[in-house]
Amino acid sequence: MLKNYLKIAWKVLLRRKFFTFISLFGISFTLMVLMVATALYDHAFGPQMPEKDLDRILFVNMMQERKDGDYQMSGPPSYTFLDRRVRTLTTPEMVSVNSVFQTVNSYIDNRKLALDIKFTDSEFWQILDFEFVEGGPFGAQEVRNAQRVAVINEATRQNYFGNTTAVGKTIVADQVSYTVVGVVKDVPVLRLHSYADMWVPISLRTEDYSSTSLRGDYFATIKAHKASDIDNIKNEFAVMLQDVERQHPEKGTKLYSYPDSIVEGFARTFLGNDDDTGMAKLYAILAAAVLLFMLLPAINLANINISRIMERSSEIGVRKAFGATSSTIIGQFIIENIFLTLLGGLLGFVLSAGVLWLINDSGVIVYADLGLNLRVFALGLFFCLIFGLVSGVYPAYKMSRLHAVAALKGGNQ
Amino acid sequence: MITLKNIEKVYQTKTIETVALHNVNLHIPKGEFVSVMGPSGCGKSTLLNIMGLLDEPTNGIVEIDGKPISRYRDNELAHIRNQKIGFVFQSYHLINDLSVLDNVELPLLYRSGTSAAETRHMALTALEKVGLSARTKHYPTQLSGGQRQRVAIARALIGQPEIILADEPTGNLDSVMGEEIMNILLNLNRQDGTTIVMVTHDENMAQKTERLIRFFDGQQVSDAKTNAYDFQQV
Repeated sequence: MLKNYLKIAWKVLLRRKFFTFISLFGISFTLMVLMVATALYDHAFGPQMPEKDLDRILFVNMMQERKDGDYQMSGPPSYTFLDRRVRTLTTPEMVSVNSVFQTVNSYIDNRKLALDIKFTDSEFWQILDFEFVEGGPFGAQEVRNAQRVAVINEATRQNYFGNTTAVGKTIVADQVSYTVVGVVKDVPVLRLHSYADMWVPISLRTEDYSSTSLRGDYFATIKAHKASDIDNIKNEFAVMLQDVERQHPEKGTKLYSYPDSIVEGFARTFLGNDDDTGMAKLYAILAAAVLLFMLLPAINLANINISRIMERSSEIGVRKAFGATSSTIIGQFIIENIFLTLLGGLLGFVLSAGVLWLINDSGVIVYADLGLNLRVFALGLFFCLIFGLVSGVYPAYKMSRLHAVAALKGGNQ
Repeated sequence: MITLKNIEKVYQTKTIETVALHNVNLHIPKGEFVSVMGPSGCGKSTLLNIMGLLDEPTNGIVEIDGKPISRYRDNELAHIRNQKIGFVFQSYHLINDLSVLDNVELPLLYRSGTSAAETRHMALTALEKVGLSARTKHYPTQLSGGQRQRVAIARALIGQPEIILADEPTGNLDSVMGEEIMNILLNLNRQDGTTIVMVTHDENMAQKTERLIRFFDGQQVSDAKTNAYDFQQV
C-alpha cells in the first residue's frame, strides 16, 4: 500500500512542476532555517568538544546575594567560595575551579594580538575532553609550583608562531612569558566555561585568596561519577549553600547559586527566577518560535493542497468505491504530504550545510564549527514530520470528506 | 443478493427539490445479469450508486444478502464494497498516474491479509481474463478506450466480487469495442456466476442480458425477461 501511495505522490509531484517547485521551496527554506537554528543550539548546548560528557557535568557560574528591600548583588562566584565550599563537596567525582576568561595583549612583529586567557587548575583538563594537536595539559605539580606554562589553541599557534610547532617555545602575554606545553583545537566562544585562546595555571593569578567575599570572577566545573548522581550533587550543593547562608555576615541575606547543566545555566540567566531554572519557559519559547515559524509556510502548503483536491477527486471516488475508508484516504494524503516534506527536508539539509559552511567561514562566531550531526539530523527529521502533519491533516481531512459519488463526477459537492 | 424496498431518493437544494427515484422495489437474485435502461436523468445511475452503497437513499431499505445496511457506518460500508462489489464506470475512472497493473491491484490494497505476491498474481490473472496481459506496464493514457475499459473490468473483478455494477460500460466505445466488453461481462456472468447490474442506453446490449428493467422519471416502468428468456411484463 505504501509503495502505491509513494508512486502516486511522486507522479503528482512531477505532474505540476511549478506547484511542486513552490511547495518544495517553501518547505526546504523553512527547514533550512530550522536546521541552522538547531545546529546553533546544538553547538551552544549539545555535547561538543571539549564538553562531551554533558550528562555528567555541571557548572557553577553565578552567585546572588539578596536581602529583600535592601540590596541584591549577583555575578560569578569567588575563588574562595568555590575552592573551600564547592571543591570540598563529597558527591562529585571531581571539581575544577577556573577563572572567567579575560583579554590580554601579546605582540608579534609589531602587531598586537588580543588573546583571551583563562586561569585553570589541573582538574580542568581531566574533566573536559580537549583535543590536543601537540603536547599535553599542565598537571597538578605545575599548578602547585605556579609554573609559567600555557596551553594555547591552534588559532593562537598560527597567529603567534606561524606554520610551525609551538611546544617548548615561549609566548609572551601582558609582559609575562609562558612556555607552551600543549596546543588544543579551537574551542568555540559559545562554550563560555571552557573557551579561551590560552590556558595557564590558576596559581599564577595575582589575587587575595584570603578574601571571604562570595562573588568574584570564577566558575566551577563539576563532574559526577555517573549521570544519576547529578541530583545528589545538586542536593548536596543546596545544603552547603544554606550553611554558607547561615554564616553570612549580613543576617537575613539569601544566597542563590546553583550547579547547572549548560542549558540550565543559560535558561536560568535569562528566564529563571530563584529556584526555577527557567527550563520550562525556554522550551515553551523554543517550541512556540518553531511552530510560529512553520505556521505560515504550512498554511501555504495546506492551501496549495486544498486547491488540488478537485484535480484528484476522481481518484478519491475510485478509491472509496473500491473500499477505501475516510481514514485510509486521510492516511494516504498525510503520507504523501510527509513524503513531499521529507523531500523538502532533504533539500533543506543540503541548503543548511551550505549556510553553516558560510557561518563557519565568516568568523561571525569565534571558532565556530557548526555542522550537521546525527542529533541535528534527527531533530530536522522531527521538524519535517511535524511540518508534514501540520500542513497535511486539514487538506487530507477535506479530501476524505468528499462524497464518493460527487468525487466521481468531478468533486462538485 | 440485492433487494431494494421502497427506495426514494430526493435531491434537495435551497430552491428546488428533485425526485431522482420514487418507490423503487427490486430484487436481484444471485447470478443474474440485469440491465437497466431509461432516458438520461431518469435515475439509473442513482439506482446503481445506491445498490453499490456509494449513495444513501432518502427513504427505504437496501439489503445485501438479506441484511439491511442502512445503519452501517462508513468503514463497514467500505468493507462491503471492497469484499462484495466491483464497479465499472462509463468513463473508466482509472488512475492515470498508476500503471495498468497498479490500477488493477487497487481494490486489494484495502483488503487485509493479501500478500503483495498474491495481489500481483491475482492482478495478472484478472488482466489475462480481459486479454490485456501484454499491457501491464502501460499507463492508462497509452491505451485505447476499449483497452481502458478492459482494465477497469479487470480492476472490478480482481477481488472476485459477487456483484459487478456497471454504469454504461460501453457508452464511450464504438460498436466493436462495445461488443468485446459485453462478451467479457457475459462470460463473467456465465462462467463465474457473478451477479451483474448494467446501466445502458444500448437496446442491443440490454437484450443480451437475462432481465431488463426500464426506468422513467425515477420510477420503474417495466421489469422483464429479455427475448433470450421467457418474457414477463410487470
